[in-house]
Amino acid sequence: MRPRTKRLLFVGLAIGGVGVAATLAITALQSNISYFFSPSQVIAAEAPTDRVFRIGGMVEEGSIARQPDGLTVLFSVTDNAERVQVSYTGILPDLFGADQGVVARGRLGQDGVFYAEEVLAKHDESYMPPEVAATLKTAQTDTPTTAVATQ
Amino acid sequence: MIPEIGHFALILALLLALVQASLPLVGSFIGNRLWMASARPLAYGQALFLTIAFAALVQVFLADDFSVIYAASNSNSLLPPVYKVSAVWGAHEGSLLLWALFLGLWAAAVAAFSRALPLAMVARTLAVLGMVSIGFLLFMLLTSNPFERLFPVPPDGRDLNPLLQDPGLAIHPPMLYMGYVGFSVAFALAIAALIGGKLDAAWARWSRPWTTIAWTFLTIGIVLGSWWAYYELGWGGWWFWDPVENASLMPWIVGTALLHSLAVTEKRGAFKSWTVLLALSAFSLSLLGTFLVRSGVLTSVHAFATDPTRGVFILAFLGVVIGGSLALYAWRAPAVSGGGRFTLVSRESFLLANNLLLVLLTLLVLLGTLAPLIYEAMSWGKISVGFPWFNKMFLGVTPFVALALGVGVLARWKQDEPARLARQLALAAALSAAVLLVSFWPPFSHGALWVPVGLALAAWVLFSHLTSLYERLRHKTRLGGGLLADLTGHSRSYYGMLIAHLGVAVFIVGLTMLSNFQIEKDLRMAPGDRTEVAGYQFLFEGSGPVKGPNYDAQRGRVLVFDGDRQVAVLTPEKRTYLASSQTMTEAAIDAGLLRDVYVSLGEPLAGGAWSLRIYYKPYVRWIWLGGLLMAIGGVLAVTDRRYRTATQAASVPSAGAVAKA
Repeated sequence: MRPRTKRLLFVGLAIGGVGVAATLAITALQSNISYFFSPSQVIAAEAPTDRVFRIGGMVEEGSIARQPDGLTVLFSVTDNAERVQVSYTGILPDLFGADQGVVARGRLGQDGVFYAEEVLAKHDESYMPPEVAATLKTAQTDTPTTAVATQ
Repeated sequence: MIPEIGHFALILALLLALVQASLPLVGSFIGNRLWMASARPLAYGQALFLTIAFAALVQVFLADDFSVIYAASNSNSLLPPVYKVSAVWGAHEGSLLLWALFLGLWAAAVAAFSRALPLAMVARTLAVLGMVSIGFLLFMLLTSNPFERLFPVPPDGRDLNPLLQDPGLAIHPPMLYMGYVGFSVAFALAIAALIGGKLDAAWARWSRPWTTIAWTFLTIGIVLGSWWAYYELGWGGWWFWDPVENASLMPWIVGTALLHSLAVTEKRGAFKSWTVLLALSAFSLSLLGTFLVRSGVLTSVHAFATDPTRGVFILAFLGVVIGGSLALYAWRAPAVSGGGRFTLVSRESFLLANNLLLVLLTLLVLLGTLAPLIYEAMSWGKISVGFPWFNKMFLGVTPFVALALGVGVLARWKQDEPARLARQLALAAALSAAVLLVSFWPPFSHGALWVPVGLALAAWVLFSHLTSLYERLRHKTRLGGGLLADLTGHSRSYYGMLIAHLGVAVFIVGLTMLSNFQIEKDLRMAPGDRTEVAGYQFLFEGSGPVKGPNYDAQRGRVLVFDGDRQVAVLTPEKRTYLASSQTMTEAAIDAGLLRDVYVSLGEPLAGGAWSLRIYYKPYVRWIWLGGLLMAIGGVLAVTDRRYRTATQAASVPSAGAVAKA
């Protein structure tokens, strides 16, 4: 093979490889992303019932109820219009609390309760998860650093 | 007064940067030596004024001057002095100043250690660094001035985020920034070489130590960050594929590719345009990372909306740097490409393969990091990309990197005999296959396929490098030198490579063992309760109050037994910081080379009980140990004798550069 042909072959292989990788990556991406819904959207049945998504809003004052096993917590998330009950088993992030912004990832149960697999916390007290801020249309974002608490 | 001095010093630094970016550059075109020579004193002057500005900000924090907004929102009079200093770079404005300071110091270092370089090259390099500096200083002065005053003056500051009050995090950002900013030197050298149209081996030899130093700092920074997240965030993870982390990982991966590509360019004169492209990318990604993270664009598109000036400035600056450098590349690269030829079976081929794989990995991380932005921009909805996707992508690419690494280290430059190479690799292959089979044994692997694969890959990297060492020593001894002579001689960079690659093997072992055998358990424990995790008995004795300098805490006591033998007393804490009333979990860890036992307090429950996290983390230390070995390798490589002795050779184009295609 002449060097030129060889180089073309090599470039072709590289482009092909990147193409295959990109296709695989994007296909995998589509099954791994989770969409965000506000409580109002969940109540309006816009959220999927068959796949994982994220819900966000404020934790309603006085709604936090610890179950007898000591690890399961029930609380309501609200966008000031509608509310959705969220159940989470495990240890909640440090900054979780009443009247705080929260984002939870999980599935919507048949009973209308959102069963969270993880609760997104923040590293900074003054930080509001951007999606929540958009939902409430009030709060301000500042030095965002998020963390994920996986159970 | 002090803040005004700082502010004024920043403005003076900007003025010097403006001159530094123009005068030497113009001088290099019209051949005015005086103008070119002005680059060095200008760089020193800029470094001096930035140091003054930074010192002023440190003084503001130490003196509790809360009339400065930045200090008022990130410090507190109760904060221990050490953390008052580290609070300086705890948020946006201060970290920008730290970045600008490092940029100034790197430029001064270039000015000081560039005697062997042609004057025009020095002038152009420093001019490019001056341009980058202009961008940062303008950004700081126009949108993020750390010296801005506040009126009325608050009685006390809002405090530094308690999570950042930690030695690990105090030194982590400076390390990271040293790395990020360090890539600006490789960037500036590449641009200067492109302008001059001369990408020779001298340019590559010159770029190598700077790149290696920057890469080493970045490696240490990432390791520290990962370690901090592990013990400080209280849930025992070491990597979360968070945008903030990805922002540091992307320049690191490209920097790794750049290191290797530079080696080829220096030794063989090949890959020139590729190397330049990597040098441009490494710094562009550093910029992209810092800016996106600092502006909050990555976690939120809305940051643009909340502070439009910052967002727009960032976009414009990124556009100028990336667009400008790529345009220059497109214009000049065809003129400077070409160089050493090589065949399919050669060290160059395997290095190139790994380079491509690393770039592919970077692109994947970039895709995953930016996907939420893309979706939002296209109105496809608000999404987040789960870390399983990142893990999949990582595991899809890196095994091939490890495979090629083992072959590449034994392959010869330019052209190798496939049969010879196979003979040398036979032993390593046989041993790795043995590891694969043994670790596949179900009682050990529990049927997890990644366990044998991961361990075999680590074995492959280890044994192929041992083979390389054996071959080298055999050869050297025949010539009359021993291991000691070899180590002190010209080949320290070889041992640097060996140790860094050993770090890769160690990292793979840690990653494999940890992700397949860790046990995480959340449970409720009352005083006197016992539980068993991974063969260890945990006895919760209860909790009591403790007082810290600026926090109150509940401290739990957990005894850990292995059989009847007590192996550790763990005292995890739940702290409430007085100034911010923020609560924070302080995990207690019994660390070991082969396993960590990790306990952290969740929430207090009725009757003195707590929800507790008990984790068993096998081989978790190996992950950071691997990173540290890579950094040690980097240090060894830069202290190689050929960098210590000021080489006359640097100004003489080597054979590789002459052999143009």
